[in-house]
Amino acid sequence: MKTTTRATLLTATLLASAGIAHAEGELQIYNWGNYTSPELIEKFEKEYDIDVTVTDYDSNTTALTKIEAGGHGFDIVVPSANYVPIFVEKGLLMEARPDEMENFKNVAPEWVDVPWDPGRHYTVPWQWGTTGVSVNTSVYDGDVNTSAIFLDPPEELVGKVNVVPEMNDVMALAIMYAGGEPCTEDRELLRKVRDTLVEAKPKWMSMDYGMTDKMSANDVAASVNWNGSSFRIRLNNPDVVYGYPKEGYPVWMDSVAILSDAQNVENAKLFMNFIMEPENAAMISAFARYANGITGSQEFLPDDMKDAPEVNVPEEFREAGTFLPTCPSDAQKLYTAIWTDLQK
Amino acid sequence: MARPSLRTRSPEEQAARSARIRASWLLSTPALILLTFAAFGPLLIVLAYSFVAPGEYSGVVWELSGQGWFEVLFTRDIFDDTVSLAQAHLSIFWRSASLSLLTTLITLIFGFPTAYFIATRPERQRPLWLFLITIPFWTNLLIRTFAIMEVIRNEGIVNTVLLNLGIIDQPLQMLYTYGSVLLGMAYVYLPLMVLPIYASMERFDFRLVEAGYDLYASRLDILRLIVLPIVKPGIVAGSILVFVPSLGAYVTPRVLGGGNNMMLGNLIELQFGQGRNWPLGAALSITLLIIVACALVFYVRAANREDPHG
Repeated sequence: MKTTTRATLLTATLLASAGIAHAEGELQIYNWGNYTSPELIEKFEKEYDIDVTVTDYDSNTTALTKIEAGGHGFDIVVPSANYVPIFVEKGLLMEARPDEMENFKNVAPEWVDVPWDPGRHYTVPWQWGTTGVSVNTSVYDGDVNTSAIFLDPPEELVGKVNVVPEMNDVMALAIMYAGGEPCTEDRELLRKVRDTLVEAKPKWMSMDYGMTDKMSANDVAASVNWNGSSFRIRLNNPDVVYGYPKEGYPVWMDSVAILSDAQNVENAKLFMNFIMEPENAAMISAFARYANGITGSQEFLPDDMKDAPEVNVPEEFREAGTFLPTCPSDAQKLYTAIWTDLQK
Repeated sequence: MARPSLRTRSPEEQAARSARIRASWLLSTPALILLTFAAFGPLLIVLAYSFVAPGEYSGVVWELSGQGWFEVLFTRDIFDDTVSLAQAHLSIFWRSASLSLLTTLITLIFGFPTAYFIATRPERQRPLWLFLITIPFWTNLLIRTFAIMEVIRNEGIVNTVLLNLGIIDQPLQMLYTYGSVLLGMAYVYLPLMVLPIYASMERFDFRLVEAGYDLYASRLDILRLIVLPIVKPGIVAGSILVFVPSLGAYVTPRVLGGGNNMMLGNLIELQFGQGRNWPLGAALSITLLIIVACALVFYVRAANREDPHG
């Protein structure tokens, strides 16, 4: 009897899942890990009867390498601003003209004519944020608004700091800590940057991603981190605060783009238009806890985001933020060399 | 001369024989083609990549360059252009080799008694014990590795128990250390050691042990002079099965080492990803292949030399 019931159940489940799988169309999204709101995807699937698959990547370089290699089957990618020109130059993105889409009017004016995609012919805003440090104040209660947290860790944090292995963010923080501008090619300064990083590394515990989980669970006491992740950690672990390094910190935006070899172009365009709807943009932010760049999404945001210090940059730290540009390839080469050496 | 019968084969027999040989070549053609394409094809591409120049963001530029191989052992300072030995690579080579050897040793220490235990059970019980050994294979390697992480993390099972018993007052930092990688690898590869040792022990005639006792041999003598020589092929096979994949391990050091305890597999991945140096990655891959081949030759030779009867 029991086996029969189970068999029936199994068949029913199979039938049900087959029913779901039989959607009008498909969409393959390639996005950063732990960054895509499941509710948003569910809503999109229901509204357009499209089957969405989300695949994760952990860094811009990973995404670029995999897409350039071909045969990936993805329709949509979400590169950071400084990587968009590289993607475009290599012919990897489709000129999808989101600026002619119905919901484009909702994009906040300051995010329309952006240097990496003037007039938004390729991309629409996904989320923007800052890179700083997350610190567990029950381990260290000193000043957190400095890159010294990981570049010259205080006694309490030695052997307990993590550094996310995202080259551009970490290099920018280290360069600004040494007194330079992002994208500098000043060799004297870069030598100082390298020496600082190399000296600091033995004091780090790890160079890994996934801080939202690991700092929530007290596996890591401090880390280079992104503001939204830090916000989510604080909700689980109230001791964790987000620091804006006063020496300078990067501001970034990740944008949604359609790949030039996308199989489901129409569905991808539907998705682009869909996420520029304020209510939907708010769903993106409610999950990953970053700001989104869509006017009118404010009123749909969860209450705890409205005055969160991670999302609303305090007045005194605003000056220190710099939007990360795309560095010239010579600078990029130097950074890669320093970075690869550091990772070994 | 020694086998005159070969010479007296009739022409008909000869023809039949060569027809058979032709047929067997024909039959194995699909497999040979598949092998050539699937095994040697990619290998040749990797070899070719190791001799060209890296592309700007990834990929390669098709111009001859020895840079990839040069960088396996040497490093050029980006600021003052001085050439020195690549300390970082040497330490990664050493970490990979030492971790793999230790893993082999640990799995042997744990695997041998386990195999002995199973082989000495009544015949009807053995399948059950073997079945238990293979259970971990049902779960994906990545998930098993994350499970270990759950056990040794700061608020994991081990630390919680020790803290509650009052044995420690601060959680022990076990995750992201050399030890955690070693633990993970030993756990993952243990069945690969147990199974071949068991296979050679299963055929072992335990009356030989009784005979040894009758002749007043000590327990150690019996292990050293009777059991070990006979199960040695199993130990060699198990060691190869553990050592070779250990050298190229990727997931375990990545997850349990926290990106700070890199092994060769991770170093290779770095070159194809963030390092954007495919030629170096290719050269390192071939280096790994050579190390594995050397290790195999060494194992097999050592096994033959010490065992003239086998």
